[in-house]
Amino acid sequence: MSKISGLGGRLYRGETAIDFIGKRRRWYSISALFVLASIAALSLQGLHLGIEFKGGSSFTVNKVNASVEDARSAVEATGVPGELIVQNIGSDKVRVQTGALDTAQNNSVQDALAAKFGVSVESIDTQITGPSWGKEITRKALYGLVGFLIVVMLYLAMAFEPKMAVAAIAAVVHDVFITVGIYALVGFDVTPATIIGFLTILGYSLYDTVVVFDKVRENTRSISSTSTKTYSQAVNHAVNQTLVRSANTSLIALLPVGSILFVGAGLLGAGTLKDLSLALFIGLAVGTYSSIFIAPPVLAQLREKEPAMQALAKRVNSRSGASTEGVLSSSVAAVNGRGPRNQPKRKGRK
Amino acid sequence: MSTTNKPVKTAARPGRSLAILGLVLVAMTSLVFIQGATSVNLGLDLRGGTSVTLQPRIAPGEAGKVTSESIDQAVSIIRQRVNSLGVAESEVTAQGSGTNRQIVISVPGDTGRRVVELVGQTAELRFRQVLASASGIPAAADSAATPTSGVSADVNAKFAALDCTKSENLQGTGTDAPTDTIVACDRAGVTKYILAPAEVLGRQISKASAGLDTQAGSAWFVSLTFNNEGTSAFGALTSRVTSLAEPTNQVAIVLDGLVVSSPRITEAIPSGNAQITGSFTQLEAQDLANVLKYGALPLAFDRGEVQQVSPTLGADQLDAGLLAGGLGLALVCLYSLLYYRGLGIVTVGSLAVAGSLIYLLFLLLGEWIGFTLTLAGIAGAIVAIGVTADSFIIYFERVRDEMREGRSLRTAVETGWARARRTILVADFVSIIAAVLLYFFAVGGVRGFAFTLGLTTLVDLIVVFVFTKPLVSILARVNFFNSGHPLSGFSSKSLGTVVAKEA
Repeated sequence: MSKISGLGGRLYRGETAIDFIGKRRRWYSISALFVLASIAALSLQGLHLGIEFKGGSSFTVNKVNASVEDARSAVEATGVPGELIVQNIGSDKVRVQTGALDTAQNNSVQDALAAKFGVSVESIDTQITGPSWGKEITRKALYGLVGFLIVVMLYLAMAFEPKMAVAAIAAVVHDVFITVGIYALVGFDVTPATIIGFLTILGYSLYDTVVVFDKVRENTRSISSTSTKTYSQAVNHAVNQTLVRSANTSLIALLPVGSILFVGAGLLGAGTLKDLSLALFIGLAVGTYSSIFIAPPVLAQLREKEPAMQALAKRVNSRSGASTEGVLSSSVAAVNGRGPRNQPKRKGRK
Repeated sequence: MSTTNKPVKTAARPGRSLAILGLVLVAMTSLVFIQGATSVNLGLDLRGGTSVTLQPRIAPGEAGKVTSESIDQAVSIIRQRVNSLGVAESEVTAQGSGTNRQIVISVPGDTGRRVVELVGQTAELRFRQVLASASGIPAAADSAATPTSGVSADVNAKFAALDCTKSENLQGTGTDAPTDTIVACDRAGVTKYILAPAEVLGRQISKASAGLDTQAGSAWFVSLTFNNEGTSAFGALTSRVTSLAEPTNQVAIVLDGLVVSSPRITEAIPSGNAQITGSFTQLEAQDLANVLKYGALPLAFDRGEVQQVSPTLGADQLDAGLLAGGLGLALVCLYSLLYYRGLGIVTVGSLAVAGSLIYLLFLLLGEWIGFTLTLAGIAGAIVAIGVTADSFIIYFERVRDEMREGRSLRTAVETGWARARRTILVADFVSIIAAVLLYFFAVGGVRGFAFTLGLTTLVDLIVVFVFTKPLVSILARVNFFNSGHPLSGFSSKSLGTVVAKEA
């Protein structure tokens, strides 16, 4: 553990620097690959939507030794239309899923299952979803998503700077995209609980990005024509300085979510807890990645387009002898990254 | 030892914040006991019950005609039906905003099927001539009274037996066929009626409003206007009954099988514009006007979702939620102690304080605004453990950064706070925006999740400001931390400062 802490110290002073900004093409390519894979998976396979989105009924019988075959034959005998999905959940439950049924058909399935397994109708956990329900949820989720992006963009533009808001939102969109892609690719069930998870990721993904950007802003507040670092270098230093922090906050956030996932999937079988925490788990992991590898490079790129920053980069690069803009060699990091106290006196005084 | 202002100033404060926090906790705890709110309200998914979500079905071309009032009206109709089940703690609420709302019905316990059947039907408004009326209790067996003439014996028998004091008779069924002669209670269960087949329908109303007749003092009235069809039907009805004897000169306004009002017709009204007067209060007049408006466009509902959770599953889910919470909390505490050593105690303590605050808030909000904890809500609270611990990490790492700059722990604790505070505020504010938007855009379970997530983020802010920071300030004066003990989390080794000197 103290090794990691020691690493934190070296990262802070810039003795150990990982080049996040200069190698941005690499990170962009990786993300582009994932996004393309997501689009492919979405268009070829689509999302595996739970019955909440298609409309249908789900009946769960709590009875030790209830067999799938018994449940299937009992429900088939009622003659309800459509395909049946019957499965064991945990060791003591059987779940029957049907297509959209009317009230009478739902009742007859309940009665049949109750009679077959000798349990009361009330002890059968039932969920009936109308066909238009999923559309409604999806629509609201989309409104929520758009509303959130707009409000947060405005807020970050005020609290930080407009370009930071743009970079942060780019990272969030990236996260949502890839998370949805993973769902399509692996074929996890998408339920309303999954949607809650997706929406929550937004806030979380931004949390990490905010931490990084706050440091960036601090490091670049006094950036001027006489600075010894280009904007990109300053951003890179900030990312390195906050790296341990980001790793810690992400890990700490993942621990409780992982616990929900473990309990939800392991003990309850299927349901709200599992769906919610799975989406959160994947989204958090992707969000951590983007707060380090996507948001800061995008920000650096946006700001480097400004004439003042370009002029600065030119001067810094000619001074240190580095050949290309934005690439941070380890020697530059070692010289320039010691923190204000230990910095060598500036040579080229204007 | 320091002679500058800053440490001296902050030195006086940490104790005070902690004392205030202690007082607040004690006050909240006593409030819990005074109000008798000693257990958290559990949602139906944690204790068993049925919840039904209804969505207004808007016919094509009528999209703009559904108003907020008509949904309120539908809620009150459904509430009337659900209350007739007599199950304690049943709830009917509209969620969402404006006309884009869902109606959520939740009934605890094992009433599943009846609830589902009860709430789905469309409630219609009809005008029926009153054929007979009586006090709402069943007629005594001997006083067979005078059966109303022109009405079948069957209906007369039903009328005699009808007991409007029983809640099941105040259910309103929506199954009264317009062409039948029916028996019905009024909404309050005071009077019962025999009513003729419907002659004017709610859809034939084009306008209704409540008004105040200023000339006659402060008499509230309701005026209504019929469309063409309604004008002639209402004209025919009023001109026929106006000269008849009591109570057959009354026309009952029946909504969902219950009589809302039964005004006496004082004159034939061929114009299509009618006024209902009486000793209305403003509220009564507006209620009646709303009923009439609703009648003009009765709302049908789609069953969005029905969930029946047995008490067994409820208990399982509650256990699973608590287990996941305990496990998550334990892991976070363990990690903090391993990574931050002595400083980890601050995390554990802060989480304990945040946990108690949240628990007390759950209890109090349950009492004040009927907050109920659902499975999704528990998940939100568990996820928030992470958010809360994140703020401590931001602060701790910041303090360590300051020490790497060569500052002493006592100074670093203050300068680090000044910088970490901003980061924490911005980051938590983003979380709160997410929670608020989720809450307003979503239905059902999502709202529970968003609510606890938002609440816990707020609590996190409070805890960081009034507990974590002051505690760290106090600890910074303790030798164990100040001297950089290997287990304190501030040793030069863990900060990596030794490496720096060598390099």
